[in-house]
Amino acid sequence: MGNALQQEDTTKKNSTLLGADELVINMGPQHPSTHGVLRVKLKLDGERVRATECVIGYLHRGVEKIAEHRTYQQFAPYVDRMDYVAAVSNGLGYCETVEKLLSVEAPPRARVIRTILTELQRIASHLVWLGTHALDIGALTPLFYCFREREEILKIFEKYCGARLTTHAFRIGGLQYEAYDGFEKDVERFCKNFERRIQDYVDLLTGNSIWIGRTRNVGVLSAADCIALGASGPVLRASGVKWDLRKAQPYAAYEQYQFDIPTGTNGDTYDRYMVRMEEMRQSRLICLQAIEKIPEGPILGKVGKVLKPAAGEVYHSIEAPKGILGYYIVSDGTTQPYRVRIRPPSFVNLQALDKMVRGHLVADVVAIIGTLDIVLGEVDR
Amino acid sequence: MTLPPSLEAILTFLQNWWVEIVCGVVIVAVVPLIAGYVVLVERKLMADMQARLGPMRVGPHGLLQPIADALKLLIKEDLIPDNADKLIFWLAPVISMVAAMTSMGAIAFGPTFQVARDINIGILFVIGVSSLGLLGIILGGWASNSHYSIIGAIRSTAQLVSYETAAGLAIVGALLLAGTLRIRAIVDAQQQLGVWFIFLTPVAFFIYLVASIAETNRAPFDLPEAESELVAGYMTEYSGFRWALYFLGEYANMIVVGSVATTLFLGGWLRPFPNVHWLDWLDFLPPLIIAAVGVYCVYRAGKQPAEIQIWFMWAVALTCFAVAVIFAVPLFVTSLKFILPGLHGAFWFLLKVSGYIYLFMWLRFTLPRYRFDQLMHLGWYILIPLAIVNVLAIGVAMILESEFSWNRWFAALLTSLFTLGVAAFLVNLYDKRTAAASAPATAAARDPYAG
Amino acid sequence: MADESKPPQSPESSKPEAPPTSPAQPPAPKSAAPPAPPGAAKPTPPPPKAPPPVQVALENDLTKRYHHRFGAAILDALEDRKQPYLVIDSAQLADIARYSRDEEKFDLLEDYTAVDWPRRDKRFDLIAILYSFPHNTRLRLKIPIAETERPASLVEFWPTANWLEREIFDMFGIAFAGHPDLKRILLPDEWQGHPLRKDYDILRQDTAWIRENLGIESGQ
Repeated sequence: MGNALQQEDTTKKNSTLLGADELVINMGPQHPSTHGVLRVKLKLDGERVRATECVIGYLHRGVEKIAEHRTYQQFAPYVDRMDYVAAVSNGLGYCETVEKLLSVEAPPRARVIRTILTELQRIASHLVWLGTHALDIGALTPLFYCFREREEILKIFEKYCGARLTTHAFRIGGLQYEAYDGFEKDVERFCKNFERRIQDYVDLLTGNSIWIGRTRNVGVLSAADCIALGASGPVLRASGVKWDLRKAQPYAAYEQYQFDIPTGTNGDTYDRYMVRMEEMRQSRLICLQAIEKIPEGPILGKVGKVLKPAAGEVYHSIEAPKGILGYYIVSDGTTQPYRVRIRPPSFVNLQALDKMVRGHLVADVVAIIGTLDIVLGEVDR
Repeated sequence: MTLPPSLEAILTFLQNWWVEIVCGVVIVAVVPLIAGYVVLVERKLMADMQARLGPMRVGPHGLLQPIADALKLLIKEDLIPDNADKLIFWLAPVISMVAAMTSMGAIAFGPTFQVARDINIGILFVIGVSSLGLLGIILGGWASNSHYSIIGAIRSTAQLVSYETAAGLAIVGALLLAGTLRIRAIVDAQQQLGVWFIFLTPVAFFIYLVASIAETNRAPFDLPEAESELVAGYMTEYSGFRWALYFLGEYANMIVVGSVATTLFLGGWLRPFPNVHWLDWLDFLPPLIIAAVGVYCVYRAGKQPAEIQIWFMWAVALTCFAVAVIFAVPLFVTSLKFILPGLHGAFWFLLKVSGYIYLFMWLRFTLPRYRFDQLMHLGWYILIPLAIVNVLAIGVAMILESEFSWNRWFAALLTSLFTLGVAAFLVNLYDKRTAAASAPATAAARDPYAG
Repeated sequence: MADESKPPQSPESSKPEAPPTSPAQPPAPKSAAPPAPPGAAKPTPPPPKAPPPVQVALENDLTKRYHHRFGAAILDALEDRKQPYLVIDSAQLADIARYSRDEEKFDLLEDYTAVDWPRRDKRFDLIAILYSFPHNTRLRLKIPIAETERPASLVEFWPTANWLEREIFDMFGIAFAGHPDLKRILLPDEWQGHPLRKDYDILRQDTAWIRENLGIESGQ
């Protein structure tokens, strides 16, 4: 069974076909599988990747600088554009941080509706991840099934706040829009259908030996490495760390609901796949529990029209679909924040790419980038 | 009036060979069109399996899509890379297409339709000439004068060569049962034995199925053309009609391997249970199937949203009924019974080839892709040994039947089970090997909750 | 409505509903109550009373341990809206980092950023946000540094600091001593200037790079 190790030695000694001992290949910013404008320089030795270097910044829009020249409410739509696949989560993090800064709390009804929308957004984000990841590995069909399910969620968002992608669903202090008539019915209908659909994806992929062959033991990241590199979210949980910010430091209405934290054992791509599939199931359960009892009451807390938080600073983070999304806001007593720092989960997770890819084949690089579930809007801001 | 001897020779030649020449011309003219429509079928099928509609705009239900695509490709600018070898760049796709079409010439689509007059090396000819298409791939990659093209071409070639070995050995299994390389004789052997060879040697059929998917670069074996070295492999620098030739060559190859599989394993142009006379009513199936398609069209006609689509559905339905009548007439009119084997035979043959190609497409949309090393491992470590064992097993079964008078079915079952056992053993070995080879080498995990 | 002299919050404004948090209030007056336009002798409402100070001195077991261990290097221990933070001396940054990771079990560097206070002596505030998995607590470290100072890199303690410090270098110009690969991360390598500094704006940005590489005039 020492074949693979012997194989590695010979590739080290032999030069590649093109006569160079080390080849640098560029997965350029335009590439169908890098999920955005990401440039990865691969140092190859034959077929194996020896080192990588990520070049990012192609989507840098200076959001943190813009924040210093907008009022708190004016900045809220900007955060949607960072992780544009999960805009509602970004908005939740920002609104909660500013609410902490103002020392106000959103009323219970607003918190429950926020939870429902955020969990639906988590499902939608994981569906995009699943479809594109499967497509990168070669399965053409799950993409269309996932987008069909996601369409239902986006319809709910559209009915709620008028937008599908960059929703700006929440306001500082609560919500602007009341849940529309039939909101609970729509969410319930979606959740009831969704269990069967998840089973479809499981049937297509989970037991498939080609899928297992492409994802098992690919891109392994140990728990210690995860924590050292700051990787969070499903990446951390798949490496065996049973930790979820929704349980460790609950926000919104999460402490009222029962849900599990799925973990993996190996920290490979297959485990990350299983963790995200199970997270979709758990999000569905949270939604079902939440719509059973949405408390009555106001949807907006007592915040004035003009927000001037006391000078100081606050840091708040939430469990976004991609990992820990943190906001650090410094206020100087005026209506515009002094500094807004956004801690993007994809930026920190992408650092782990170098460690995960070493020693793998070039065809695995695409699978590993897919399994990190990065969105370049968030990486670059 | 006597003609000059050269003209006389030409006329005699035409007299003897006009059927074959017409068939050849038909193949060259029609096969690209058929391949184009196979592409359309694939797109519609893919759409159906992905909960969408597929091409719908160009022509009713997208039926003119291949024509539109062909026209578009013909009028595209002809780009040749700067330092490319122009002659070979031109020649490579031509070789691919020519190989596919020539091998089609030896295939018998019915007991009477065959371009090559039942040459005594029928199957060998088909396999051999279709593998010449490999030359088109490697030359195309070379002539493109691009790093990634040649690496993709080499990968593709390596894959095709490996799986051809497996396919060839699988075919040997069926050839042992047939005892001949002549195509018509193989089907006749199946008629005499009264059973399709797939039932006598199912393992060989499945090996051939997997190998032929890899031969034609279809998913799950399409890494060389999907993202090989991050571009499209040997076809990268080709555009316009040159690319179309490659593409159509690929689909023509699919038809060829489908035909070979049908001939060898699925009974060629024979109907199911060809020798069982109390099932002779199965002869009525061709017209019934076609009529059923027509009935379905009538049923769908009522549900079409636009009037022109209703008219179109009715037109298709009436065509189906007319064709069904044409198929049914020889069954009743005894003087026309002689065209029955040819007509119905062609129908059964095309039905089986279509089923085989449907299987190809179904697998493409369902399964993810193999990585290249996994692909090569599958070919060399699993399929080829299995095919060799299968050949031995069939030989043993035949000896058991002829020398020891065992029941044919019993012998076939026993040897098939043995081969399946070997397959399970090989696959198990493969799983163990991949698990050990890619075991992660990580530092000892630190329990984050241990203080 | 042609009459724009009325303050935007008049009740007959074109917006039918008056949500408490409408997004854009461009000419919003600084005070909460708009004075009536022609009012001459109307008494102006009393200025809003200054909010109570939100930073309170913090004294708990954690801060006591830090004070005991590092003494004067802990310049201050405060709590702002129930979030504790320590202001520390940059000279002892490496030691405090090691102590935090190993003894206090803050094994995750959740975020590392900086804030620019241009009028202070020590211009920048480095902010490190630490999280401890075993204790499920967060701690903020605030490290004031001068403009030309080169603080110790945290990469040897938390490898995640690699890109985080590169971003701080890119945006603020703070160079870290001991960083393995300190170069710009979000902006092009040849970019001049550090955008998140307060004396940087769109008129002062690197128009030369933009003109050469993008071929457009920028900075309007």
